[in-house]
Amino acid sequence: MAELTDLGIAAIRDGVRDGEFSAREVAQAFIDRVAAAKALNAFLVETPDHALKAADAADAARASGDLKPMSGVPIGMKDLFCTEGVPTTAASGILAGFTPTYESTVSANLWAAGAGMLGKLNLDQFAMGSSNETSAFGNVISPWRRNDGGNAALAPGGSSGGSSSAISARLCPAATGTDTGGSIRQPAAFVGISGIKPTYGRCSRWGVVAFASSLDQAGAMAHDVTDCAIMLGAMAGFDPKDSTSLDLPVPDWAGSLSGSLKGKTVGIPKEYRVDGMPAEIEMLWEQGIAWLKDAGAEVVEVSLPHTRYALPAYYIIAPAEASSNLARYDGVRYGLRDLPDGAGLQDMYAATRAAGFGPEVKRRIMIGTYVLSAGFYDAYYNQAQKVRALIARDFEAAWERCDLLLTPTAPSAAFALGEKQADPLAMYLNDVFTVPASLAGLPAMSVPGGLDAQGLPLGLQIIGKPLDEQGVLDAGLAIEQRAGFSARPEQWW
Amino acid sequence: MSVDIPTVKKIASLARIAMTDQEAEALAPELNNILGWIEQLGEVDTANVEPMTAVIPNHLRLREDIVTDGNVRDRVLANAPQAEHGFFAVPKVIE
Repeated sequence: MAELTDLGIAAIRDGVRDGEFSAREVAQAFIDRVAAAKALNAFLVETPDHALKAADAADAARASGDLKPMSGVPIGMKDLFCTEGVPTTAASGILAGFTPTYESTVSANLWAAGAGMLGKLNLDQFAMGSSNETSAFGNVISPWRRNDGGNAALAPGGSSGGSSSAISARLCPAATGTDTGGSIRQPAAFVGISGIKPTYGRCSRWGVVAFASSLDQAGAMAHDVTDCAIMLGAMAGFDPKDSTSLDLPVPDWAGSLSGSLKGKTVGIPKEYRVDGMPAEIEMLWEQGIAWLKDAGAEVVEVSLPHTRYALPAYYIIAPAEASSNLARYDGVRYGLRDLPDGAGLQDMYAATRAAGFGPEVKRRIMIGTYVLSAGFYDAYYNQAQKVRALIARDFEAAWERCDLLLTPTAPSAAFALGEKQADPLAMYLNDVFTVPASLAGLPAMSVPGGLDAQGLPLGLQIIGKPLDEQGVLDAGLAIEQRAGFSARPEQWW
Repeated sequence: MSVDIPTVKKIASLARIAMTDQEAEALAPELNNILGWIEQLGEVDTANVEPMTAVIPNHLRLREDIVTDGNVRDRVLANAPQAEHGFFAVPKVIE
């Protein structure tokens, strides 16, 4: 039999149900593997007791015939979700010492579905970054290495880099992610796993540390599409505590999964053929088109004319919302307080925020404050929200011709840590393919398609109509069945 | 449009982030680089476009006007850097 830590959600669930192994054995196997993988720096806090308690509950539930959809599955929790009694930092020094006295809705939903927690996963500070290099607690390292023998440490993507690294290294079978402009999809692509961001409003934002509230969405990251469907089903649902939560039933995505795309039309947005895209990514995209045709889909070219304005609009809207959301970190109610000798209240705010926020967070707060300041609001923020409306209209027009869109997930494979850090703008450009769907609130996922010449994973992105997670997952499954992606990083840590 | 160092310091002060002259000097070109790139949005014709307010059509709900939460003072204060007599404590603000 395969190692227990090679199993995904469905395999663990079925194995526990059928008595092939106990949930406690599974939890212990993952706990041991997490403890032995410090070199990846994926976990900020380990919570073996939480995982074991859920496992024992699963074993008891099996005895009484009361298993739930994720009974006995130990997962990783991105450290952006507040977890009662377990430190939550958003990978920022400003939340040092913060231990929530409440549980986020999404994590509570997962525990109610029987899952247990192996620990809290590292991320870019406040989810601001695409490489996991902005964490106050050190870089997360991808388990993947280039096949050139150089052993350069690679970025696991960001911001859900702890999640992607941990799943890919088989420290956990699945993990939560959050996606504001690509933070689930890009890291999933970088490490060869699947990840889905649902329609905005599917997953409650209550108890999730806020970055840009009109964009933030939680989602599932796992080895395959089926596991993503199971986990997303457990996470999603209406929550009266989030005013943007959608009051709609959660479909049985996993139960309805089908890799057949007969009768579906897939659009290929021509504006995504950007200059300087590596030929390998172009080729994978062509391959993806062939796979979807093979699954029965018709493929048409579509136009999303405002695509090139999505990134600049995003880098106004997201920092603007962040500057407002992060105003709450004042050294009064929770987290860090820096009180210089003789300082008054205003000095305390400024000193606390200077000491607690990392450089990228400060940069974005500064941009956000600037674009919202008197005299600039119309030229920047309002114009960006108008452009955002045009981007959403582009998608609406496309949906008159097709049901889904297929694009690459990222314009490159994983880059080396440090490679893009000196130039914030170069880093921002890595989100060029993921940001438009975020701005329009659409469901989108990344699935692994193949390896590049350096032996690194490349992902394909599927974007769907609002609320059509099923269509996105079905197309993801169609690709997964044809790509036969089985590569995994060699263990060096 | 380019931001100079006094502007950077003014933004930092609005954002309540203490910043040394050196830090402001380092940040000015970075912000200019990013703002210069953002400027391209100006070329989009948005004359008859309403700014987006919600990505997915949704209406704001009303709920019963009843107390659903409260009596958790100690939990609210549990993470305060300084709490005294059941309140958040801050440096003296009134002389």
